[in-house]
Amino acid sequence: MPEGLLIKGGRVLDPASNLDEICDVFIKEGKVRKIARNINLSYSELIDASDKIVIPGLIDMHVHLREPGREDEETIESGSRAAARGGFTTVCCMPNTDPPIDDPSLVKFIYEQAKNKGAVEILPIATISRRREGKELSPMGRLKKAGAIAFSDDGSWVTNSALMRRALEYVKMLNLPIISHCEDESLSAEGVMNEGYFSTVNGLAGIPREAEEVAIFRDLALAKMTDSSLHLAHVSTANSVRLIKKAKNMGIKVTAEVTPHHLTISDEGVTDFNTNTKVNPPFRGKEDIELLKESLRDNTIDVIATDHAPHTVEEKEKDYEEAPFGIIGLETALSLVLREVVEKKILSLMQAIAKLTVNPARILGIDRGEIREGVKANITIFDPGKVWLVREEEFLSQSSNSPFLGWKLPGKVEWTIIGGKVVYRSEK
Amino acid sequence: MNFNRKDLLGIESLSREEILFILETAKSFREVIDRPIKKVPTLRGKTVVNLFFESSTRTRMSFELAEKRLSADILNFSVSTSSSTKGETLLDTARNILAMKVDCFVLRHSTPGTPHLLAKELPVSIINAGDGAHEHPTQALLDLYTIREKKGKIEGLKIVIVGDISHSRVARSNIWGMCKLGAKVRVCGPPTLIPPLIEKMGVEVFYSLEDALTGADIVMMLRIQKERQNEGFLPSNSEYIDFFSLNEEKLNLAQPDVLVMHPGPVNRGVELPARIADGEKSIILDQVTNGVAVRMAVLYILLAKR
Amino acid sequence: MVRLMNEEDMRRALLRLSHQVLEKGVEVADLIIVGIQRRGVPLAKRMSKIIEELKGKKPGTGILDITLYRDDLTQIAYQPVVRSTHIPFSIDNKRVVLIDDVLYTGRTVRAAIDVLIDFGRPQKIELAVLIDRGHRELPIRADYVGKNVPTSSEEMVEVKVKEIDGRDEVLLLKKSEVDI
Repeated sequence: MPEGLLIKGGRVLDPASNLDEICDVFIKEGKVRKIARNINLSYSELIDASDKIVIPGLIDMHVHLREPGREDEETIESGSRAAARGGFTTVCCMPNTDPPIDDPSLVKFIYEQAKNKGAVEILPIATISRRREGKELSPMGRLKKAGAIAFSDDGSWVTNSALMRRALEYVKMLNLPIISHCEDESLSAEGVMNEGYFSTVNGLAGIPREAEEVAIFRDLALAKMTDSSLHLAHVSTANSVRLIKKAKNMGIKVTAEVTPHHLTISDEGVTDFNTNTKVNPPFRGKEDIELLKESLRDNTIDVIATDHAPHTVEEKEKDYEEAPFGIIGLETALSLVLREVVEKKILSLMQAIAKLTVNPARILGIDRGEIREGVKANITIFDPGKVWLVREEEFLSQSSNSPFLGWKLPGKVEWTIIGGKVVYRSEK
Repeated sequence: MNFNRKDLLGIESLSREEILFILETAKSFREVIDRPIKKVPTLRGKTVVNLFFESSTRTRMSFELAEKRLSADILNFSVSTSSSTKGETLLDTARNILAMKVDCFVLRHSTPGTPHLLAKELPVSIINAGDGAHEHPTQALLDLYTIREKKGKIEGLKIVIVGDISHSRVARSNIWGMCKLGAKVRVCGPPTLIPPLIEKMGVEVFYSLEDALTGADIVMMLRIQKERQNEGFLPSNSEYIDFFSLNEEKLNLAQPDVLVMHPGPVNRGVELPARIADGEKSIILDQVTNGVAVRMAVLYILLAKR
Repeated sequence: MVRLMNEEDMRRALLRLSHQVLEKGVEVADLIIVGIQRRGVPLAKRMSKIIEELKGKKPGTGILDITLYRDDLTQIAYQPVVRSTHIPFSIDNKRVVLIDDVLYTGRTVRAAIDVLIDFGRPQKIELAVLIDRGHRELPIRADYVGKNVPTSSEEMVEVKVKEIDGRDEVLLLKKSEVDI
């Protein structure tokens, strides 16, 4: 009985090795065994990838799976299926659950759930502080031993600078990054959208850009002081980008991510008080979007991550001030990247894919994000030419809070493969 | 050689020759401790004041015994650290005692530099028994003596100091002494408890105990204080124990004839399991015995002359 | 500078002293020879060896340093080096013979007696010296003397031994001639 999966005739792109060729990929026993033209090995499964693009399975470093605690919004199971539909084979879930992931037993819980019910690989991020309260260090050593991949108090900024300093120092012996959600809440206060002309026009309280920039500056200073590795989540403003660029030039060990939605919609797009445009950090101005895109090109921003944040219909059905912040993003991410960055010639397809594969893999220190002989066969195949309509009922995520409902987006994921097994196949 | 100093304030300012002189002198006093009559008349008629502003049982006992065995008279003055008695400053207290014609102060205080203050202002000898996180010279000297006694030399030895280096005077004094005598010193602890730029003192910094122990000749474990968790330096004591506590497995990474030291008192089960603290590789009790001899040597060198 | 004794003189003097010590007819088993640092030490070792050759048995041999027992520590400005004391056996009820190179004021011997008393209770303490140069300041006398040499306080008597100085001889020098 022959074994093996042959992906035939696709355009294979591997940013890590700069491979861009129409060729075949042969997978056996869960690993990539051969990449070459016209592979003549016997197989048990064949995927005709002609006219499709074959890339390493995408990695999302910033996802909220809501389990434990808010299984009404999303579960590890539903979130992972959404990830697979979006072409993601590995996701890192944030610890701001209920209870927060600040204990090794909870890290193990995530792994168990992922093993039993997860459609994709799930790597847990643990909290920086106990109970995410920003007062005491969480048992980071033990959390690492239980399998935590990074630390973050995402959802909140660590306001106590002494604690953030100690956290950055402490992780040096663990070799894991600290991911910071940069927001000075005394400045963002009651704000619900970007502070600017449109918040004035809308009569809504604004979140000034400085709420993010002040926090980024402090975190960069501490990263420099401690010579430790810092990753900045969901960067949204032009000045944040300028600070990061300066920091990198000074040799500070900082990396940064941007979401696909922050590259797509500006605060002008917050029209008719659609709560699916309410995100934190908020949609900023056109100048910010321009510099964010530019920063992808010069590598000031290393990674694209979705900050997938599911909320139930009931929660988002409230008024703009009451509704919670957050939009889902796993299932629209690749398409938005193609639309905003590749089609607009900011990055080549290869460069764009790198931001979703090898770059996050390197920051996390995992052996993923590449198509290479000998690695685990996590592969995504998409049709670049296909345009599709974003429909609520087609979301695999339990929630559907997306501002892109009704949009026509380019590029559709057709197969998502993990360890040689197809975990998602789009319907024709 | 001529030891010309009035005081012993720290190891940083001592030369290699001065350190070796003290260690050689201590050998003779080590012999006195083994005699049936453990007393020599050398400091008869001299008065030494033990001025301890920080509580300490063992260092004070060690100094007291050293003083008594040299036939000196002793005055013990312990002050609670909360306030100087009746608003008297440190210098006032010392001057008052000095007016009663004493010959030497042995000072322990929680603030660095206090022995230096007394040394500058008073004409008598001042011995630093520990000033905050700064120095604890007699501890380092007895550690150096013990290492030399067991290994025959200090030069070229790989010595690892493990624990809360940031807050440790024992670490600092030992680093000075060991480097001056040619040892290769490694410090190891969580990054939050390693002080900035300590490499400039001549040591190698390790965050992994296993790496630090590889090939080591001497392991010195420091006490970890419970307060460090409350002050935000550590998530918990149990995590400290996971990463930085010594056990047989980790000790096997060191040289087969590695020796284990600790300035005491040992937190059994925290820095060291009882098995190792009491085991054959431990020279912790030798340190204590040698401590009296070394302190006798220091007192002799400073006081037994005009 | 006058040479009072050469190597052969010293050898014969030490041999004579050893015979004199044994004359009292004591058991070698009860005899302990203790050399006073610094040059009494090699003399003690030599005497022990001679006794061993004569009697076939070696007496207990110890060394002692009197620095910690000196009476003049507060008067001297320099730091005397403390040397080893090593008497690794009981001296209780034994006959101890202290041996030193030169007997002068007697203060060194006084201190040495105090050291011995702190070690135990010998049955008897005797003193052997190579040279007695007079000028006692305390009521101390030697039981066995190699050579009596009357001197003035302007003079110094120096004993050189092979083990420390590379040669055996005894010199009488004027203070001005002495190399410290």
